[in-house]
Formats: sequence, structure tokens, C-alpha cells
Amino acid sequence: MTDATIPENLTAGGANARPRFRVNSRAVVMTLYLLFLLLPLYWLLNMSLKTNTEILNDFTLFPKDLTFANYATILTDPAWYMGYVNSLIYVVMNTVISLTVALPAAYAFSRYSFMGDKHLFFWLLTNRMAPPAVFALPFFQLYSSVGLFDTHIAVALAHCLFNVPLAVWILEGFMRGVPKEIDETAYIDGYGFGRFFVKIFMPLIASGIGVAAFFCFMFSWVELLLSRTLTTVDAKPIAAIMTRTQGASGVDWGVLAAAGVLTIVPGALVIYFVRNYIAKGFALGRV
Amino acid sequence: MEKTVNQKAWFLVLPVLILVAFSAVIPLMTVVNYSVQDTFGNNQFFWAGLEWFQDMLSSDRMWEALWRQLMFSGIILAIEIPLGIFVALNMPKGGFWSSFCLVLMSLPLLIPWNVVGTIWQIFGRVDIGLLGHTLDRLGISYNYTQDTLAAWFTIIVMDVWHWTSLVALLAFAGLKSIPDAYYQAAKIDQASRWKVFRYIELPKMMGVLMIAILLRFMDSFMIYTEPFVVTGGGPGNATTLLSIDLVKMALGQFDLGPAAAFSLMYFLVILLISWVFYTVMVNLDKKGM
Amino acid sequence: MDWMAWTWPTAIFFMVIAALLITFTILAIRFPETPRVGVLGIETTRGDRLFITLLGSAFINLAWLGLIGPDTQPWALAVCLVYAAAVFRWV
Repeated sequence: MTDATIPENLTAGGANARPRFRVNSRAVVMTLYLLFLLLPLYWLLNMSLKTNTEILNDFTLFPKDLTFANYATILTDPAWYMGYVNSLIYVVMNTVISLTVALPAAYAFSRYSFMGDKHLFFWLLTNRMAPPAVFALPFFQLYSSVGLFDTHIAVALAHCLFNVPLAVWILEGFMRGVPKEIDETAYIDGYGFGRFFVKIFMPLIASGIGVAAFFCFMFSWVELLLSRTLTTVDAKPIAAIMTRTQGASGVDWGVLAAAGVLTIVPGALVIYFVRNYIAKGFALGRV
Repeated sequence: MEKTVNQKAWFLVLPVLILVAFSAVIPLMTVVNYSVQDTFGNNQFFWAGLEWFQDMLSSDRMWEALWRQLMFSGIILAIEIPLGIFVALNMPKGGFWSSFCLVLMSLPLLIPWNVVGTIWQIFGRVDIGLLGHTLDRLGISYNYTQDTLAAWFTIIVMDVWHWTSLVALLAFAGLKSIPDAYYQAAKIDQASRWKVFRYIELPKMMGVLMIAILLRFMDSFMIYTEPFVVTGGGPGNATTLLSIDLVKMALGQFDLGPAAAFSLMYFLVILLISWVFYTVMVNLDKKGM
Repeated sequence: MDWMAWTWPTAIFFMVIAALLITFTILAIRFPETPRVGVLGIETTRGDRLFITLLGSAFINLAWLGLIGPDTQPWALAVCLVYAAAVFRWV
């Protein structure tokens, strides 16, 4: 594995370099792939730092006159920043609800077998897999009829459709890694279920809870269809605002790009801490 | 792990059950009710029997959307799975560069889906986007709002950009579980690079690859936001995938009956694939033990 | 509940499903399930077979509706019964 072959055209530069910097095919592949991933992102960042005149009239690879006006617009105009506030409110609500109900359920699935457990577990999975498009219409009718339309809690509850199953599956994946002897010892030592769960068990799967919270947060944060369908004004999320920026004078590209950059920030902030769990989270705790 | 039989565990699951019943069962029942009735607004419903199902089954609209959907899912799987494996094989195995690659590769996965759409909407434009502008300079006519081929190219490259890293990360997780001894044995036997891949790496990755394939299939099968933001389903209906078509019908035209019938058939297909997914996962778990 | 637009046929449909689930739960309590490997090469319990039956029946009905038409729909149910018997015997 270590003796990867050096392609013909690269040997010239690589031969004299120190071994540490030897150009090998693996590095080339990774560089090209990462370049492919980062170019569109760079372009978004680039556009967010330009004025609209520059975006539309000059085609420049770097912002000619660097401006933060686009970000200023978003952070001072309530029509924009309230979108972030609304999104954050329902996302946090959803994460809290999902984890609260998923923790005991995941414990039950990982420790006990009971009537219909496998079918229940499968049924949860189907909800994670169900297309939001199927649920958009009935959700609209349901939340309108109970008077919750255009509230944060409506979106938070609607997102439970896929986030609760997700949290249960991820947490179950982490919990099955904790030996059962720990539970038994604790019960013998006289711990009740509640005290054992909070004092001993939850710290043991802290990383699992973190990962589950992160994925709940993320899937609720990125969802557009349901949050857009269930809100009009008061709880309108940033995603919905971004898709409706077409004004009479065309699209305000600079502000749109800046808004895009700002929505990436929450994910980018924690990315380093969850880097080893990304695959596990997406694969519902099964890797 | 041996599990204890304990019917009281039901109480621990009850909150989840109630919550998901509220957000899944009641809406689904409503969809079933709508699918057999006609409405002229004002919550007045008339019995329509199986008419909508029959309509949808014989409508070109649904079959075309399904066909486009299958083509889309097929193409992105055919690109993302091999590319993802290839990237995973080339990833640094440890140390700083491994973390570096992991962090950068995870980035597209964590971007809100509508922003993914926005990024490619901008990136592909001939006047202001790097990709569109470059292609235009090279003399390739490229306009994703007018040209079907360009629209398809854009949404496929977008999906590859968005999700290949997931396949790569999953495959990488599979690769990391291979003990070094296997490679040393292969080296002693002077096995070729291809043979190492074919007889050591691929079998060890099979489990996670199945998960990757099924996950990508499911998620691409219900994709809505990204292509909607980029093309809005156009030009014409060229990129109207199943979810986009369903939302148009349900919320755009408010055709409750046909949309409900459409939803149910869509859901049945999802149910079938979910079941396959679950069966595969359970079998993998068993092998793991 | 107005917005859910209940009708008798759909209500009966759900009642039948609920009754099936209850029946199978009682059966599972009385005669505990033993998994077996059938023609599909996967381990199934009685509950799994019920699920396969119901899902398959939905597809059979849709296929019948699309290919033959609604006038003879009751016959599709007969096909489903045969299918159900086959699933419970061999899967």
C-alpha cells in the first residue's frame, strides 16, 4: 500500500524533492477531488464578498473591491435575520424533543426484547425513509386544523417524523456498544432506573448523544419542503426566504450568496468534532 | 448481545410511539381517505372510489416522472459508488492529512439542501458562475434553464458533488476495519493491486457498500429541494422528479385526490425498499456478531 | 376530525388492518413465534410474513387496477388470498 506507483509525468518534480513531499498518485487524486468539492464553495464565498455591479458586470476570480455590505444587509434587515432566528428556534425545539423521547426508546431497543420490537424498529426506519413530499399536504391540513399553522412548534413536530427515528437508530447503535454488565452492576448497587440512566448510562454514551443531537440539528436545519409548507410569516425559515429572493429587479446575488455562507456556518463550526462520526450518523449508527 | 425479554420495555418506547403516530400515522390515514374522494373545496368530499388510482396508473405524467426518477437514481449511483470507492482507496490512512480530508469531505454533506441548490444555481450560470462561464468560454453551449441535457448534467454533477463524500466515508470506514496482517499476507504472495482490491478490500467493504447503495438510492428517490432550487423541474418537465411532481400536484394545484393516490403509490415503493434495506442491515448485524 | 374526511370504506379498511395486528399479537402471545428460513433465504417470523403479505397485496391490487381495470377488482382480492397462503406456507 505504501509503495504507490509514481505516474510518469510527475516524476520529474518529485524525484528531487524530500521523500516527505514526494508526489504520489494518492495525493493527486485527493487534491483533485477536494478541489472539485471546494471550488463551488469558494465561488459562493467569493460572490458574497462582491458588490452586485461587480458580480454582473465583471467576471473576477477574486473580489476586486472587497465588501461586507451583503452580510451587513442580512444582519440588519429583520426580513433576513428573523429567518435565521426562526430556523434556530424550531431546530433547537426539534432536537430537544427528538432526543428526549429517543433516549429511553433506544435503551429499550438495545437492551430488551419485547413483543413486536423488530417491527416497531422497522416501522421507525420507514418514517426516516419516507419522502417529505408525501407528508406535506396532510401536515398542512393537520396543523391548520389544530391551529398550529405558522408556528415554530408545528415545524418542530413535523420534523420529528424523520428525526425521532434517526435519533433512535443512532443512539441504539451507540448503546449496544456498552456492555450490559454495567447496567446489571448498577441495579445490584441499588440504583433505580432513572438515576442509573442519567448518572451512569448517559455519560457513557455522551458521544452518541452528541452525534444524535448533531444529526437531528442538521437534518432539521437543511429541510426545506415541510418547513416552507407549514409557515407563512411568523415562523418562516431562512431556507424559505432564500428561495423567494427574486424581486422585480432580478435576484440580489450578493445577498443570496452571503445568506448561503451564513447557513453553512453552524455545520462548519462543529465539523471538526464530529468528523469521525459522520459516516456512522448517516448510516444510522450501523458502521 | 443476548437481550432480556421484558415486556415493560414498551413503556420506554411509548413516547416515541405516540409522537410518531401523531406525525406519521394520522397524516397517512388522511392520505388514504383523500385518495378515494373528490373535493370542490370547503371540506366537502364526494366518494370517488378507485378512480384516482386508475387515473394515476394510466397517466403518462406519473410514469414519466417515475422513469425520470429511476434514471436519475441509476445515474448517480453508477457515478457515486465507484467514485466514492476510488476516493476512499486514496484517502490517507491516519494522522493529520486523514483528519484534514475527513473535515473537507464532510463539508458538502452538512450544507443545507437549498443552499446546495443555490450554490449550483450560481456556479452553473453562464454570466456569473465559474462552471457556466468556463464552459461558455470553451465554446460549449451550456444553459441549464433552457437545455434539457445541460439541466440534467447540472443536477447530476450537483448530486455527485453533494453525496460522493458520504459513499467515500462509508467505504473508508469499511477499509479501516481491515487488519494490517491481510495486506502483509498479500504482499508476501505478491498479489497485484487489483487482486488486493478484489479479494481483500471489496469483500470487507461489501457491508458498508450495501448500506451506501441503499441510502443513496432512498435519498435520491425522494430528492426534492436541490433540483427544485436549481431548475424548478424545468426546462418544461425535463427534471420533474417524483417529489417535485407530487408537490406541484398537491400544493400547487391542490388536487387532493390524485395527489393522495400518487402519494400512496410512492409510499408503497418506499416501503418496499425500506424493507429490503432493513433486511440487509439485520443480516449484516448477524454476520458481525 | 372533519379535515381527515373519513369514509366508511376507509374506516373499515383500517379496522381490518388493526384487527389483523391485534390477532397476530394475541397469536404471538399464545403461540410464541419461531423464526424460519423460507424460499427468500431470509429468516421470517409470523409477523414478517403478515407484512410481506400486506405489502404484496397492495402491489397486486394496483397491478390489477392498472392492467385489467376496476370492474373485476374483487378478483384481485382472491389473488391476494392465494398469495397470502403461499407466503405463509413457503416464505
